[in-house]
Amino acid sequence: MSLTYVCWKLLRAVVTIWLVVTFVFFILRLTGDPVAQLLPDDVDQNTIDHYRRLWGLDQPILVQYWKYITALFQGDFGISFRDGQDALDLVLSRVPKTALLGFTALAFALVFGIPLGVFAALKKNTAFDRFVMGLAVFGFSMPNFFLGILLILGFSLHLRILPSSGSDSWQHMIMPVVTLGTSFGAQIARFTRSSMIDVLNRPYMRTIDAKGAGTSRKLYLHALPNAAIPVVTIIGLKIGELIGSAVITENVFAWPGIGRLLTFSVATRDLAVVQCILMMIALTMVLSNLLVDLLYGWMDPRVRVGTREATSR
Amino acid sequence: MSLVSHTTPKTVAGRFVQGLAAPFANMPWSVTVAVLVLVTVALVTVFARMILPFEFDQMDLRARLAPPVPMDGSSLIHPLGTDKLGRDVLSRLLIATQTSILLALLGTLIGAVLGTVLGFVSAHFGKWVDEVISTLVDFQAAMPWFIIALAVLAFMGNSMTVFLLLMGLYGWERYARVTRGLVLAAREEGYARAVHALGGKPRTIYLRHVLPNILSPLIVQLTINFPETILFETSLSFLGLGIRPPMTSLGQMLGDGRDYMITAWWLAVVPGTIIFLTTLSMSIFGDWLRTRFDPSLQD
Repeated sequence: MSLTYVCWKLLRAVVTIWLVVTFVFFILRLTGDPVAQLLPDDVDQNTIDHYRRLWGLDQPILVQYWKYITALFQGDFGISFRDGQDALDLVLSRVPKTALLGFTALAFALVFGIPLGVFAALKKNTAFDRFVMGLAVFGFSMPNFFLGILLILGFSLHLRILPSSGSDSWQHMIMPVVTLGTSFGAQIARFTRSSMIDVLNRPYMRTIDAKGAGTSRKLYLHALPNAAIPVVTIIGLKIGELIGSAVITENVFAWPGIGRLLTFSVATRDLAVVQCILMMIALTMVLSNLLVDLLYGWMDPRVRVGTREATSR
Repeated sequence: MSLVSHTTPKTVAGRFVQGLAAPFANMPWSVTVAVLVLVTVALVTVFARMILPFEFDQMDLRARLAPPVPMDGSSLIHPLGTDKLGRDVLSRLLIATQTSILLALLGTLIGAVLGTVLGFVSAHFGKWVDEVISTLVDFQAAMPWFIIALAVLAFMGNSMTVFLLLMGLYGWERYARVTRGLVLAAREEGYARAVHALGGKPRTIYLRHVLPNILSPLIVQLTINFPETILFETSLSFLGLGIRPPMTSLGQMLGDGRDYMITAWWLAVVPGTIIFLTTLSMSIFGDWLRTRFDPSLQD
């Protein structure tokens, strides 16, 4: 993995974030005056003008854009229209809850997905394999909002053993984590299986057999590391999807994270907060993709030595 | 279990039927069930307006929140019960299915056509055109499109055009990527070179010769994208941002029914089940199609 490769990836990451910020800025500004939508109908023109001046909305859009971008570089994301709070502070205060939910769901998906995928591959075409893969198809076809609602119906309303909303205790986490992690885990399981089968069919696995290596050595030292490479890639590609599902999951379970804040801010047309959240999400996605790229380079020697074919796969 | 027997039918009509059913021969039972579900959904999409027992927005406040048939207090007039305004759930379900499927179809098609065309353009012109399109593809893949769509819809308000556009732009990059790679590979193959040597114009080569040859991976991509587009629409409508009242879609119905989970759980469960069954069937069918088109996957 050469320095140019890393630099090129970094540059792309920065440009992607800039594109998202720009796209969102213009699209949201083009949709009408937020002041008019935010204030009640019967306020007089002076008040409207006052707020437009206060938020800089009276200036030409390109000037607003320039000011917005330069402010971003100084860490100023604007203030919430609703209560005058710093948008960044507001968003950051919600990050821990979302991170907690997201990482637990990711862990849940990996802990179930990877072993199930590996065993399904090892027991290819048996009843176990078919059962696991059938389960996986169910898992990723299930819309997460529907799964969430079914869980609430079953465990909160019917059995009354789990809380349906909030985030105060570990019990509150169970259903959101399952809701968010199921589809992801199912996809990981499928991908691990096909990747594992692919690796097990490679000629070098026969070489290892011929060398007389034991089954566990063959599995842990040779098959798994090779099978992990595409699985890591798919995790990176699906991070965006995971964030999207998190927004829905947080809404279903009233989980006080970024997703709830986003739907709330979007409903109240709180421009600065929405922009800040979108930028944070783009940043998260780009960073996780970058991380996966680098991890990929580290795991796959073909990428490390910089063969173009391997990187552009 | 297979749909067709392997003995040769005696009549012409019999042979015709077997010919029609040939692609479905040797189908596992799960795929057969999936196809039946998809056919039903397709029929509902086409004929929803005709088989409607009630107008989907016809209210009857005296018959609010009636339960579906197997439950106590239900009536055969409203086999799936009624909602908070006494509207017939079955009728709403039919219209909602129609809306959701049509939107997903249109969205998938827009994305597929856009992506495929850009893939061809990218492969044909190469150089800077290819660079620009490939960069666009990378950016689209790196953007949190669902979240952006959510924000745009919230600010743009209730606009069907915008919603369709956002759905169409969802996933186009995958077709572009697949098409570009396939076209580049196909151009080097004998048949494309032969047509070129015979004086075939690029358009003829691409449309008449290359496209049919690369169609199966594109169709497989379509079967992957279609359920995702359904989920894209239903998720946004569930959050109250996609299809909004007075119109209805499966996601909108589910989102609406969520407020009545204690008193009328079926309002959420019925549309949710339809979404689930449709995406599940499409995934099963798509998987089967993929292994048929690509025998190397069959192990």
